[in-house]
This record gives sequence, structure tokens and C-alpha cells, in this order.
Amino acid sequence: MTDAHGIGWLGIVLAIVGGALRVSTPYLYVSLGEVLTEKSGRVNLGLEGVLLMGAMSGFAAGSLTGSPWLGVLAAGVAGGLLGLLHAAICNLPHVNDIAVGIALFLFGMGLAFYLGKPFIAPRAAMLPALPFGFWSSEPAVRAALEISPLFLIGIVLAIVLRWALANTRWGLLLRMAGESADAARALGYSVNTIRTLATMCGGFLGGIGGAFLSLYYPGNWNEALSSGQGLMAIALVIFARWNPLRCLYASLLFGGASALGPALQTVGITAGYYLWSAAPYVLTLALLIYSSSTRHTLAGAPSELSISR
Amino acid sequence: MRSPSDAVDRPDLTQPPAAAPRRRLSLAALPAYAAAVESACLSLGAIAVALLLFGVFVALGGHDPIAVYKALYVGGFGTRFSIEGTLTQASPIILTALCTAVPARVGLLVIGGEGALVLGGLAAVLCATAVAAAPGPIGALVALLGGVCVGALWIAAVGALKHWRGVNETISSLLLNYIAIAIFNHLISGPVRDFSQTLKATSWTVPPAFGIGSMPGWSVHWGLVVGVSLCLVLFVVLRYTTVGFSMDILGGNRRAAQVAGLPIGRLLILACVIGGGAAGLAGAIEVLAVHGAASESLIVGFGYTGILVAFLARQNPLAVIPVAVLVGGISASGGLLQRRFGMPDATTQVLQGLIFLCVLASNAFAGRIAGVSRST
Repeated sequence: MTDAHGIGWLGIVLAIVGGALRVSTPYLYVSLGEVLTEKSGRVNLGLEGVLLMGAMSGFAAGSLTGSPWLGVLAAGVAGGLLGLLHAAICNLPHVNDIAVGIALFLFGMGLAFYLGKPFIAPRAAMLPALPFGFWSSEPAVRAALEISPLFLIGIVLAIVLRWALANTRWGLLLRMAGESADAARALGYSVNTIRTLATMCGGFLGGIGGAFLSLYYPGNWNEALSSGQGLMAIALVIFARWNPLRCLYASLLFGGASALGPALQTVGITAGYYLWSAAPYVLTLALLIYSSSTRHTLAGAPSELSISR
Repeated sequence: MRSPSDAVDRPDLTQPPAAAPRRRLSLAALPAYAAAVESACLSLGAIAVALLLFGVFVALGGHDPIAVYKALYVGGFGTRFSIEGTLTQASPIILTALCTAVPARVGLLVIGGEGALVLGGLAAVLCATAVAAAPGPIGALVALLGGVCVGALWIAAVGALKHWRGVNETISSLLLNYIAIAIFNHLISGPVRDFSQTLKATSWTVPPAFGIGSMPGWSVHWGLVVGVSLCLVLFVVLRYTTVGFSMDILGGNRRAAQVAGLPIGRLLILACVIGGGAAGLAGAIEVLAVHGAASESLIVGFGYTGILVAFLARQNPLAVIPVAVLVGGISASGGLLQRRFGMPDATTQVLQGLIFLCVLASNAFAGRIAGVSRST
């Protein structure tokens, strides 16, 4: 078995690394978006709908204008608008943000499939890939190290967000709204405004995550495009304990876990393909069970969050 | 408690009592009914607003909204054929709605209906295969029970994790949906696959004798009756028994339930078992009455539609029945919208999403109409 496909077991490692680098980008964006939203004290469970709307808008704008970067922008704007919708409903009294998230998931998905119907056939201009594997003559290495610029932007974004949350006035305000709404109110800030802006920014990032799916990898638009990356956002954030930098590591880990099944398939191991695809979910559930407690909230969780109460 | 000043405030019994202020006859005098009427008004209002927004939406797409409304009605309820289609759609939705509605009574937001349904269907196939030689009704019963048990255990795990480990039930049930679908796909594409079916991965076929037939004169299977009966039973149980009352206390105020010495863990898990059992039953009925085997056709989002129905029914098992029929009608009319207007099949999903958002937004007005306190 080992040498059946040229480079054998090394091929699996390469496939996992390459898969992790490719698959992790949408995870990274949705989790960064969700961190922003949750740090302000609200949960947006509807990022799957946001992701799909982003993927559709990005692809549509990309194929209409011919510019993939305009597509990315359109995806972000579409996601931001859905975030605004979530925030506007949550700003009303007595509304459960988790339920609104589920509704947004269904609505965004329906809307994306409805509006995206005409775009299933055509192809849009794709985002370019940066060949980080240029030093190697091995095609598998080159393929694995083709990195999307969106991934690099995501890394920068994670670092910047980490810094901004800790060190800027805006970051402090956001965290205050998430830790103690009363304190924010007492200082004369509108908690709803802060949360609305945070949810919109979160939606913007989630939309870009969708644009990655439709404009880079797998690089088309169809109704089976997302495999629940948006729904995983909430799990990723818990995994990353509400820290943008750890979101990066968590996304890579989840990307690697998602790439396990396809990687094993490349060397002819197809048994348990579907079970491997559940690896990220099992991983998250195990972590949740391990780190939860009936006595205290999850470490690092903003205290205004409905899931940590 | 008594203080000396009480004596001063005591009414002078020697005087004839002053005429009591005439009580305004208002809905608030009958809190239970007022709350029910208010919920119904809010839900109907939300549906009306959603339909209005949907009309604007289709008008923007260049369609005549009035014609689309008509098609929605005709496709869902206009003819005998469409009513049959609607009821067939509604049957699993009624049951999956219970998977959200019953745990909601104890304050849990469970969204794991999809996973429980899928595994329930799979369990029905396995149980039916295990007792393939049994006479028809017994085999069907065993298969249904298998579905119920697996669904109940699946969601019971959610309740148990919540109670003993404090794991958030919404997130764990969401993750379990994906895990359930992975287990399902794994089994039907390998260990229990019927390799004579080459078109798509399909499990072994249930013996035809175990199939659930249609009601006489209708092409609607008996699963609908099962779902409706379960809703009625649960309505009575949750409303008029001690267990139901305890669940409402727990859902309303966990501290109060603790102080009253209620068995919190048992109540939480019982609610999850009922909800999960209902969703598992939905899967088993779909397999026995519609598909005859477990395949991808079982994963069509009945679990997620059930969440919408539960919220629209405001977690009331009795209200689940008409709401599920309504939502089933919307789903069933998708085909007609597609044929007549060339609209994408996701059109009904957009409408359902709009209804869901409007219903949640309408919660903001709860308690303002009839002057009663908010129930959920």
C-alpha cells in the first residue's frame, strides 16, 4: 500500500497539510466573525446562512463583474446585511438570540438558493493562488502549498483582532458590552448599538468565508457547497476560548480533521470515510464535555452570553 | 408578618361594604385563555407580516404576488390531491416539532430533531431486518419502537450532558445532528447497504409486510394519526398532570424548582426522551410508510422545519398540529410554484425563513396585548 501512489504515507501528511490550509480558511473567517459577535454578548447561530449568502453573492458579483475581489466585497456586504437583520431583531425586547440565529440560518440558506439559482451553471473568475511550494519539484508538495491570499489576510486579521480587542478603545467597548451590559449603559454607551455593529462585522467576515468557498475552493456555486462550516463557527469559538489568535489554530486543526477523510481516500483507504468527516464535530463535543461544568461557565466566555449562563 | 399597624388598616366591619369597583371584563381576567389567545394572535400576525414581506420579495423578482399567494393556497390546500400532499409533509414535521417543543417546556432549546429522525429511521430498518420473519403488525411495531428508543436515547444524551456536565444543549444537539448524519451515511454506504440499489446509497429494504399503509379513501399514511394522537396526549399530560406542571415550573424558574425539591435531572431527561422519541418515531414512520428503506431522502430538513413549527406553535403540542399542517402546506406548494412561475424550489424556504424571523420578532410584543405575563 505504501508506495502505491508515488510518495505513499508522506502523501497523506501532505494531503492533510494541504487540506488543512485550504479547508481552514472559511473556518477561520466564520470563527473570527463569531468571536466579534460573541465578545459583544450575543450569539449568532445563523452564520451558516450568512456563509451561504456570502458564497452566492460573491460568486454572482464575481461572474457579473469579472473581478473576484469585487465578489469578496459583495459577499462581505451581503453577510453584513444579514448580520444587521439578526441584530435588529435581537435588539427588540424578549427575543432569544439563539432562536433568531436558527431562523437566520434557514432564511439565509433559502435566500441564497433562491437568488443563486441562475448562477449554478456559469463560472466566475477565481481568486488567484500564491504558489508557496515553488521550491519543490514534487507536484504534491506544490499542490499542498498553494495558498489563497484570503488565508494570509485571515492570519493578519486574527493577529490584528487579538491586538485590537486587548488594546484599543473599540476593543474595550466591545468587551464591556459582552461582560457587563450594565457597566456599558452606566457609562452612556448604547449596548444595542455596540452589539449591532459587532454582529454586522461578524456577518461581514462570515460572508467573506463564504466567498472563499465559491471563488477559491471548491470554487463554484451549488447548493451543496457548504458542509456546515458556518454552523461550526460557534463550536470553533468555544474551542478557541474566545481568543482570535486561538481561532487560527482551531481552524487549522479543524481543517486538518476535515481533510483526514479525503486524504485517506487518496491512498485508497475509503473505509469510514463518512465517520472521518464527523471528526471535527466529535472533537468539539468531546472538548465541550471535558471543559464544561455545572458549577462555572466556560473559561473565557463573555458573561453576558446566553450560552454561558 | 403581622405588625401593629395591621389593626389600623383592618376594615370596619360595622359599616356596610362599599360597592366593589366594577371589574372591567377583560382578557386578563382569564390568564390561561388570554395567554393562548394572545399567542395565537401574535403568531397569526407574524404570518401575515411574513406573507406581506414575501409578496414584496416575489414582486421584486418580477412575479405577481397575488398569483403567487393563490398558487401557495392551491398547491397546499386547494385540491384533494394537494391536501394529501400537505398532510403527508406535515406528518413527520408534527413529530420533529415535538423534539423542540417538549424540551422547551423545561427550558431547553434542543435543535437535534434532524439527527434523532435520521437515526430513528435507520434503527427501524435494523429492527425490521432483525425480526424479518415476524407477522406484519408485530414487525412494524418492533421497527417503530426501535426508532423511538434510538431517538429517545440520542436526545436523552443531550439532556444528560446538560444536567451533569453543564454542556449547552443547543450546541451539543447541533453537533449531534452532524454526528448522526455521519453515522447514518457510514452505515448505509457500507455495513447495511443494499448493493442491488446502484442509483444511490440505500440501506436494506424493510419487509413489505411491515409497511404502514394509507388511511382508507386517502393517500395519507397512518403516521399522521400517530403524530396527531401523540400531540393530543402530550397536551393533556403537560397541562393537567403533576409531571407537566413540574416541567413548567422547571422551565419557568429553575431556582423555584430546586427549592420545591423537584427531581430536576429526571424532568430534564424525561422531556428530552419524549422529544427525541417523537423525532425517532418520525424517522421510523417515514421509512415504513414512505421510503421502505433508509437513504439520503430521509435527510431533507424535517428536523429543522420542526424547530420553526415549534416556535410558531409557541412550544404548545396542541398548536403544533395546525402549524405543522400550515408549514407542510407551504412546503408542498413548492412544486406548483416551480411549475407555474419557474421559481426556484428554495422559494418556500425563503417564506419559511421569513415566517420564522417574524414570529421571533413578534415575541417583543408578547404580554402587551392582553396584559398577561410572558410565558416563553
